[in-house]
Amino acid sequence: MIQARDLSVEIGAHDILRGIDLALPPGRITGLVGESGSGKSMAALAIMGLLPQGMRASGRVDLDGQNLLDLPERALCRIRGRRIGMIFQEPMTALNPLMTIGDQVAEVLRIHQGLDRRAALDHARDRLDRVGLTTPRFPLTLYPHQLSGGQRQRVAIALAIALRPDLLIADEPTTALDVTTQARILDLLRGLVRDEGMALLLITHDLAVVAGIADQVAVMQRGAIVEQGPTEQVFRQQRHAYTRALFAASTHQPRLVLPSTEPRPLLQVTGAVREYPLPRRGLTGRRESLRAVDGVSFRIDAGESVGLVGESGCGKSTLTRAILSLDPLQGGGIRFEGQDIRAGRTMPRALRARMQAVFQDPFGSFDPRWRVERLLAEPFHLTGRPRDWREQVAEALFEVDIPGDALHRHIHEFSGGQRQRIAIARALIIKPRLIVLDEAVSALDVRVRAQVLDLLAQLRRSHGLAYLFISHDLSVVRQITDRVMIMQKGRIVESGPTHAVLDRPQHPYTQSLLAAAPRIPAEWQAPAQADKTAATPAPS
Amino acid sequence: MLRYVIRRLISLGLSLLLASALIFSVVELVPGDPASFMLGTGAQPETLAALRQQMGLDLPLPLRYLHWLGGVATGDLGHSFTYKTPVAGMILDRMQVSLPLALLALVLAAAVALPIGMFAAARRGRAGDTAVMATVQIGIALPNFWFAMLLVLLFAVNLRWLPAGGFPGWDHPAAALKSLLLPAAALALPQAAILARVLRSALVDTLGQDYIRTARAKGLSAGQALRRHALRNALIPVLTILGMQFSFLLAGAIIIENVFYLPGLGRLIFQAITQRDLIVVQGAVLVLVAAVILVTFLVDLSYALADPRLRA
Amino acid sequence: MRAALILGALLSGLALIGALVSFLWTPADVTQLAIAQKLLPPSGQHWLGTDHFGRDMLSMIMVGARISIAVALVAVGIGMGFGVPLGLLAAARGGWLDEVVMRGNDLVFAFPSLVIAILITAALGPSALNAIIAIGIFNIPVFARVTRGGALPIWTLDYIRAAQVAGKGATRISIQHILPNIANLLIVQGTIQFSLGILAEAGLSYVGLGAQPPTPSWGRMLAEAQTMVALAPHVAIIPGLAIVVTVLGLNLLGDGLRDALDPRLRRSP
Repeated sequence: MIQARDLSVEIGAHDILRGIDLALPPGRITGLVGESGSGKSMAALAIMGLLPQGMRASGRVDLDGQNLLDLPERALCRIRGRRIGMIFQEPMTALNPLMTIGDQVAEVLRIHQGLDRRAALDHARDRLDRVGLTTPRFPLTLYPHQLSGGQRQRVAIALAIALRPDLLIADEPTTALDVTTQARILDLLRGLVRDEGMALLLITHDLAVVAGIADQVAVMQRGAIVEQGPTEQVFRQQRHAYTRALFAASTHQPRLVLPSTEPRPLLQVTGAVREYPLPRRGLTGRRESLRAVDGVSFRIDAGESVGLVGESGCGKSTLTRAILSLDPLQGGGIRFEGQDIRAGRTMPRALRARMQAVFQDPFGSFDPRWRVERLLAEPFHLTGRPRDWREQVAEALFEVDIPGDALHRHIHEFSGGQRQRIAIARALIIKPRLIVLDEAVSALDVRVRAQVLDLLAQLRRSHGLAYLFISHDLSVVRQITDRVMIMQKGRIVESGPTHAVLDRPQHPYTQSLLAAAPRIPAEWQAPAQADKTAATPAPS
Repeated sequence: MLRYVIRRLISLGLSLLLASALIFSVVELVPGDPASFMLGTGAQPETLAALRQQMGLDLPLPLRYLHWLGGVATGDLGHSFTYKTPVAGMILDRMQVSLPLALLALVLAAAVALPIGMFAAARRGRAGDTAVMATVQIGIALPNFWFAMLLVLLFAVNLRWLPAGGFPGWDHPAAALKSLLLPAAALALPQAAILARVLRSALVDTLGQDYIRTARAKGLSAGQALRRHALRNALIPVLTILGMQFSFLLAGAIIIENVFYLPGLGRLIFQAITQRDLIVVQGAVLVLVAAVILVTFLVDLSYALADPRLRA
Repeated sequence: MRAALILGALLSGLALIGALVSFLWTPADVTQLAIAQKLLPPSGQHWLGTDHFGRDMLSMIMVGARISIAVALVAVGIGMGFGVPLGLLAAARGGWLDEVVMRGNDLVFAFPSLVIAILITAALGPSALNAIIAIGIFNIPVFARVTRGGALPIWTLDYIRAAQVAGKGATRISIQHILPNIANLLIVQGTIQFSLGILAEAGLSYVGLGAQPPTPSWGRMLAEAQTMVALAPHVAIIPGLAIVVTVLGLNLLGDGLRDALDPRLRRSP
């Protein structure tokens, strides 16, 4: 059994981890949950002995009665990969792009067991079969770029478990994956723990993932574990205030907004088509194309909040770009406020001013060299800068709860949540009728996300805004939208009132999405939140 | 892969065509009539007429270019009017010095740069790295022809180990190689410094990649991760620089030949400039530029060999 | 690496100060020949000795710095003036235009500045202007490439999307958002090309394709010193050292600026 005792990490005079105690028994799954910056990844790297330069670990990490922190680097190299394996968040970059997957798995066997290449490749074949990459579809000679994200994560798992380690550490292994892929990877991990009797330390920000898979859970906040125990007990009792706050936020429901009784169409999309040419196969092959958006029609009424849900590659980003008039359509049309949008540079300024957007990345959404004042005023380009623009900027900031002294600061001085508020203020400044929210809360921690969702609901009430809310996350869509559309392979396969669609899905794809989405069992909710249980989906 | 090669081949053909047009048009820059420019004011009318005829100056420009291009395609670069011999033969002769010199320098540069870059990257941020990279900085700042003079001063004048200049011809391979040693070293060292720097920063970049972390989690030591995973990935940007360096090495060789009195392409070009023999200059420059374009093409092909993502 | 920045500024500043002072005063008159005093080693009277015409080497180095700096500076200006707009355009428009600009770049890359200088000199005769044109043309694709390389990742960021949603076109975005965010890249590349320009100018003058007599230049001083290396090493060593010190200084300055301007290193709350 691997056990961390009083494990601390510091860099200079700064504590990163304080007194972590964590027992990782074989055949059990331990969930380590916390928000970004809580130190959960550092704990994993400290156990692996792979801390970044300049960080120092103290305390104990015991394996067979040996303290790993005392071992020299050479001895640690013999333990990593053999006794402890690890997989990381980003499957797209975790594998060497120039090496076949067979060789990458075989390498573990070659360095630890001194096998020759042929024997190691035989063994690698066996391990890749085990993680579901079977012959003949997945020969050893494939390169990572020929695989999808989920498949690459399977390769990473195969090489981490190639030598049946005592402990597998998985650091946000499914965060970068679609929900259906996530479910399959979690299944695979669960099966591996059961079959091979190893311990699994699963690091995640997602309480629902932990609820579905972990035997025990530890909650981390600011470098320390504030609460740990069997998963169901921790979830039911929620003894620590921080745990309670996390739970409340993850099932949070902003106050409902009643849609207006007299629907007036704001945005109408009819038969939208957008194709991308695919690379030619061979020299003479026909040039095929991919229909990213394939005959999509829908409408959004004034003051309505509509969700657009789908997995990566379903065409929702392409559709969004067409609606924002950043990319042209090849077929169909888009009408906004009764006027045609001819995508491209031709959209009239007055029309464009009635539609604004908030994007996903709180770090990339702002020019790092501009001050907040100038950033917020950028949309005035559409309307002409009014004489009292400074007052309007200050007012917009006030509306999103950002202190007024923010005006003269640069964007790097703000947290992720504050940046998304500023992005909302920028969208509001010219008083649009429709705001397109493209994964606008996906990068935020759960508590911050709840606050931003509250803000969006409140602004919708006070300004009569309509939202097009694009997301891959069903629970967020449930919290903020009146109507939802489910998109798959360029088509909208199902749409309707949010609760109706999510509670009684008709289309098999919607059903599979809902089945794959991890959730906290309703009966685990603390009594204090019982009134909210109605907001979580009934198990399908 | 085939698609990629064909695309590159097309772009190779286009580049060669455009480059040849540019070089050809230089004659048109000459003030007045090219033939009288080349022969000077005291030329005999018959010689002038003969040269005009040879250059086809009575033809319109596009036709003249096509005519010239047709010659180039069949290996005919025209006749030098000062030496009265075919330019192609002269260039071929001189290439026997210039090409081995550039190649020797390229090999030398790579051989010096590789261990230095790896050493510095493995010790990045530490004293060994700082010391090596400071030395490399000085190497980058060295003008190669000045460095060549210093080498002559030390190894030829003072120590008398190697010849100070001249070339005995390939009939005496050992002596020939010996006389190329100092010029090649002078050419190679500043380029090696640049290459070592590029290699180091490419390695430091790749060492920060996720797959290096994966490799370390597999149980590879820092050194193994560097050699097995980082090096091949870092070689792709290094390859680009190596290809560009070949053109600098060829250009550098032209200058270095002057320091060592080597009968290479460079000497030929400078003699031709002083004699206003534009036909020779044109031919020699065309060969130089074509060599650079060809090397760029080869580098592009080697990308595809190094990177499976390009082979798709 | 603040040390690199300061040392670099000091070393490269030497040449600049030398060049500026030379307009007002030099230790001796470089137009006066004094064969009797030729090839004197460094002494109290001639700090860096004298050359084969008996001219004071320190004065020659100071006056020679003018042409080096002028040629390199103008060549950087030419490279930036044409290269930066081309790079911005290629990144903003993409598609076939990008392809044309980049292939054009490759083509120019196939003509090292020495080759361009050879061609121009063969047709028009040698002059310092040739060196400027040759090095300047060579700089254009360098800056186009750096500009495009810096601009492309910025074009994928959401703040560009936000600017587009605010109705701004590609030109306005390139000037307001892209250019300021790649300015540090361009400054760093500028110092690198400046130092390469000094090296290239020296090389061209050395083979007679650059500055012509009687203008003193570092490269020509070396060419003239070549036959006297064994006799009086200082006439060959000193101009070379001037080049090395200046180029080294500029490279250190570039490195120091790269670190000082890197927002990742500077960004502290």
